[in-house]
Amino acid sequence: VGVRLIDDFLAKSGVDNCSNFRETADVISKVAFKMFLGITPEVVNWNKENTAFSLVFVDNPLVDFVELPPQYMELSYCNLLCGIIVGALEMVQLQVGCTFVKDVLRGDDGTELRVELKGLMRNVMSDEYKEK
Amino acid sequence: YYQLFIINRNGGLVYSKSLAPTAPALSTNDSLRLGSTFHGLHAIAQQIAPIVSGGIERLETETFILQCFQTLTGVKFVVTAAPGTPDLDALLRGIYEVYSDYVLK
Repeated sequence: VGVRLIDDFLAKSGVDNCSNFRETADVISKVAFKMFLGITPEVVNWNKENTAFSLVFVDNPLVDFVELPPQYMELSYCNLLCGIIVGALEMVQLQVGCTFVKDVLRGDDGTELRVELKGLMRNVMSDEYKEK
Repeated sequence: YYQLFIINRNGGLVYSKSLAPTAPALSTNDSLRLGSTFHGLHAIAQQIAPIVSGGIERLETETFILQCFQTLTGVKFVVTAAPGTPDLDALLRGIYEVYSDYVLK
């Protein structure tokens, strides 16, 4: 979903290149989340090198009417959101990891997603094209 | 307007359309070749430019204008038109919006 969504987002919002990861985080929370889910998560818990942050929000429209039955207590219902963030950023050459720290469906008071920058991607030739 | 090309991030042509009867008639192979050649030239131009460059944006000759819009995801929208045609950049951005609405969903 993220791989396709990034084009939709860029076409509709017209945002330009972000100059650093902090700007990327702001664009994700203030523009993208607002556009697709109507909520604006807070960007908190930056680590020292500015390569990881948390998105915190209280209302999650995806789980408004959802309750997890006991046999599925381990299920990450909104893992879709993590996949979208990873896929979308991959298409703009940012490799990130995204995990759930807090989830309302597991009984926490809010939802918290941790996004970590793993590295910048460069388009490289696959091995079969390299000269011997 | 003469022709529209859409080139994906790997350089392959994914869409081409003739927009006027006066546009040159290209066979499928020719359009594919044109698409990948343009992708290559765009990349070379970006790297040899003496300033920070985003690649080929606009090519003007006496007989036509070629405008290219590259998205942040690497998709290129290329349109050729008669000299003096205005607002090609706005046209390409509009096409990007429509592409994201209809092609990707």
